[in-house]
Amino acid sequence: MKMMKKTLLAASVAAFASTGAMAEISDGKVKIGVLADMGGVYADICGQGCVTATQMAVEDFGGTVLGAPIEIVSADDQLKPDVGSAIVRKWVENEQVDAVGGMVSSAVTGAATKVTTDAKKIALISTSASNAFTTKQCSPYNVHWTYNVVALAKGTVKPMVEAGKKKWFFITADYAFGHALEGVATKVIEENGGEVVGAARAPLGTTDFSSYILQAQSSGADVVALANAGNDTVNSLKAASEFGLTQMMDVAGLLVFTPNAQAMDPNVAGGMRTTTGFYWDLDEKTREWSKRFMERHGSIPAMGHAGAYSMTMHYLKAIEAAGTDDSDAVIRKMKEMKPDDFFSRNATLRNDGRMVHDMYYVEIKKPDERRDDNDIFKVVSTIPGDQAYAPMLPECDFK
Amino acid sequence: MATFLGINLFGLFGQLLVGLINGSFYALLSLGLAIIFGLLKIINFAQGAMYMLGAFAAWLALNYLGINYWAALVVVPLVVGLVGVLMERFLIRPIANEDHLYSLLLTFGFALMLQGLFTHMYGSSGLSYSIPEALSGGTKLPFMYLPDYRAWIICASVVVCGLTWWMIEKTKLGAYLRAGTENPQLMQAFGINVPLIVTLTFGFGVALAGLAGVMAAPIYSVTPDMGSNLLIVVFAIVVIGGMGSIGGAILTGLGMGVIEGLTKYFYPEASNTVIFLVMVIVLLLKPAGLFGKEA
Amino acid sequence: MKINKFYVVMLLLALVAPFVLYPVFLAKLLCFALFACAFNLMLGYVGLLSFGHAAFLGTGGYITGWLMMNSGLTPEIAILLGTAAAGVLGAIYGKLSVKREGIYFAMVTLALSQLVFFIYLQAPFTGGEDGMQGVPRGNLFGLIDLSDNLNMYYFVLAIFLFGFWLIHRTIHSPFGQVLKAIRENEPRAVSLGYNVNDYKWVAFTISAALAGLAGSTKTLVFQLASLTDVHWHMSGEVVLMTLVGGVGTIFGPVVGAGVIVTMQNYLSGGELGNYIHIIMGFIFVVCVLAFRSGIVGEFQKVWKRNFG
Repeated sequence: MKMMKKTLLAASVAAFASTGAMAEISDGKVKIGVLADMGGVYADICGQGCVTATQMAVEDFGGTVLGAPIEIVSADDQLKPDVGSAIVRKWVENEQVDAVGGMVSSAVTGAATKVTTDAKKIALISTSASNAFTTKQCSPYNVHWTYNVVALAKGTVKPMVEAGKKKWFFITADYAFGHALEGVATKVIEENGGEVVGAARAPLGTTDFSSYILQAQSSGADVVALANAGNDTVNSLKAASEFGLTQMMDVAGLLVFTPNAQAMDPNVAGGMRTTTGFYWDLDEKTREWSKRFMERHGSIPAMGHAGAYSMTMHYLKAIEAAGTDDSDAVIRKMKEMKPDDFFSRNATLRNDGRMVHDMYYVEIKKPDERRDDNDIFKVVSTIPGDQAYAPMLPECDFK
Repeated sequence: MATFLGINLFGLFGQLLVGLINGSFYALLSLGLAIIFGLLKIINFAQGAMYMLGAFAAWLALNYLGINYWAALVVVPLVVGLVGVLMERFLIRPIANEDHLYSLLLTFGFALMLQGLFTHMYGSSGLSYSIPEALSGGTKLPFMYLPDYRAWIICASVVVCGLTWWMIEKTKLGAYLRAGTENPQLMQAFGINVPLIVTLTFGFGVALAGLAGVMAAPIYSVTPDMGSNLLIVVFAIVVIGGMGSIGGAILTGLGMGVIEGLTKYFYPEASNTVIFLVMVIVLLLKPAGLFGKEA
Repeated sequence: MKINKFYVVMLLLALVAPFVLYPVFLAKLLCFALFACAFNLMLGYVGLLSFGHAAFLGTGGYITGWLMMNSGLTPEIAILLGTAAAGVLGAIYGKLSVKREGIYFAMVTLALSQLVFFIYLQAPFTGGEDGMQGVPRGNLFGLIDLSDNLNMYYFVLAIFLFGFWLIHRTIHSPFGQVLKAIRENEPRAVSLGYNVNDYKWVAFTISAALAGLAGSTKTLVFQLASLTDVHWHMSGEVVLMTLVGGVGTIFGPVVGAGVIVTMQNYLSGGELGNYIHIIMGFIFVVCVLAFRSGIVGEFQKVWKRNFG
């Protein structure tokens, strides 16, 4: 057995030594796997759009790096950790995938990053929210780009508690992401003198939120926080308005992606404030990229789409600068180089893999404020990266 | 907040209402199952898929044909019923003489196909269907806010279930039906077309699921797996109520909805399990079910 | 003699397979083959359709996974305990369900497995929707490193062979003969003085334990236990595997598992990933309508007709 492996290895070394410029690229190509939710509740925020954004980055980069072609494979994780981790295992163990991008559901990402870390492959996390990937489950090969739950909680919850909304009730997505968001937000609430009066845990993909809304209604809270995402947020807001909750209490969407904000009734959602890592209509640079994305994808980009593009670009630049696609060398270069493009403002990639950049506190526009269907957010304030994210943990300081 | 003996009435009544609404759907679906089972002695595993089909049909009718909710309430059950008729005629009848387990597997496979087809075409994230204008308001009751549409569901379900029960148990048509199942040869000899009765009854049972689907569309979003998750609960209800009992299916369906609602208020963690727990207890004490006859 | 030769060829193929095909895929295939064989013991040899076998697969998986993460036991012990847990659950469920027959039995087992599903969904130790992630594969007997995919594969192969042998023995033992008698003519078995329900109950428990063994092993292979394994779709899948391969044949479930797992492997992630349920449903319908004896069953019929 050993013998066979060695022979294979020798053969492959010989094969690649002769290809000159591609010598430092394993298998003669750079292969990026995009793991996304193609048909589920998160399909609009990181489904085919994440694949498209990654493709755009590869094309803009020129399609090759160090003379080797860049290839993309993609798969549907169906939001299931077992499905996602099995796909990633197949990719990195059997199909020579060098980095795994996309990644939406934090539950899937948790399982998938365990596989990538074991295989020493880079995980390019674009849309997952849990902060675990750079804290509890941190790994030298994790890169977490767009945002995380800490930024959401600090950005959205803190101003509301300070404005006197002291009693909170959570409607939480019942898995890694929701738990993380609820936990971080609870801390922010308590630190600022507020209290959490209750929480209801709803499974991912719940279609009828009425019983959770009724729990919230009878809790006596000032604010009902929606610690969920994607269509879950849309559906819970719909139930809240049906049962008259929106007239009794404030509703705070802790994570509202632009496609979901578009799907909400503007009369109900208008005026709601939330935090985002990107908005398409910030300035000329974001509009230029978003216009190109829109032509390809058909709708405006969510923050994860822009993040996936920006992160893939940074990864490819790092391969070029490092002169190899070896994960250790590439990740070192990624952390040395400052990300700077239409998405990453005042940005650094820390040693724990957290990309720290400016975040935006935004308000969903009321019907009369909207120019057209794509005119969703207005920026209330810009939150500097170091205030938005938590400091790096010493045990996650991978140099 | 209104409280009584430490119980938050606002919360309790709300959960009871939600339970009763779920119970309405349980009743409609288990009634359909009971009718089909009574006649064909098979479990229609595709009943959940037919419910889903009803919701999708309503959505498609609205978005492509401009058929509104009220018209869909009539048209969609007919369409779904027709699908059921075709299914009985061309899939189930050829294996009618085999072990009934095969028809269960067949309908399971059929359900899988339908669900896969709709997932492929519309994704699994769900389509939204608006509550009809006339029922979009709500009423403020002393202890809660009751959306009109939810009230309508409970009323409509009770009326439909009641009428069906009356038709089967009290009318001549129902008598033929029951006789046709108990002694098909004799009925055939009397000149009654038993296979036709069987086909139509299957269609009717399935149409009930289609009707439930239309009613569900505005409050649950329309998703391909909306039926499959519900169906297992309905199976448990059928086991609790006792197979083949029409009245048992209706009462147990509503009752279990209420029990679920109560659990949601007092101990929400167990709300998904409570029906299955009840089932275990019933199985231990009364193996044939609450309203079933010992076989 | 002929049979023996066949077994030897199969075994040799199984031994060299991981040098040609991806070992993790092969290991998955063997886990499902064992699961289907365990299920077939009930459907094929007792004539009872259990629609809740996922509960045992999942229980084995979760218990083994939890032990590997928290107890420091070696994998073989963790697997044994996972199997035992599934067996105990099977014994309890068997008591509740074997009195029922046919469709009733199917529905009762289905509902009971759903109860288990929701308990695992709520129980903190399973990780709920996140699943139990990062289960270490550990060192077999404290010596052999299972994180090597080849080692893992051969370990799974050994487990599969053991399970397969056990089922084979059970079927051909006097106990197995009584089971068959019950399947063929239950009233006669009763009149011969056999306590039919006890026989069914023991068979159910064995079947559950072996399903748990498959689940335990699968958790080690994928280093993850998740709700998918306990979901009723999984119970349906194992029915399909057995049906496709051939109900009541010793090799049918293995062939059926091979077909279904291979199909899933090539469809998932690809362009056709979306079609998987449509295709599976279609196979179900076609099998029930036209090929009720499955691949192996039909093959045996043709063989008998021409050579028998």
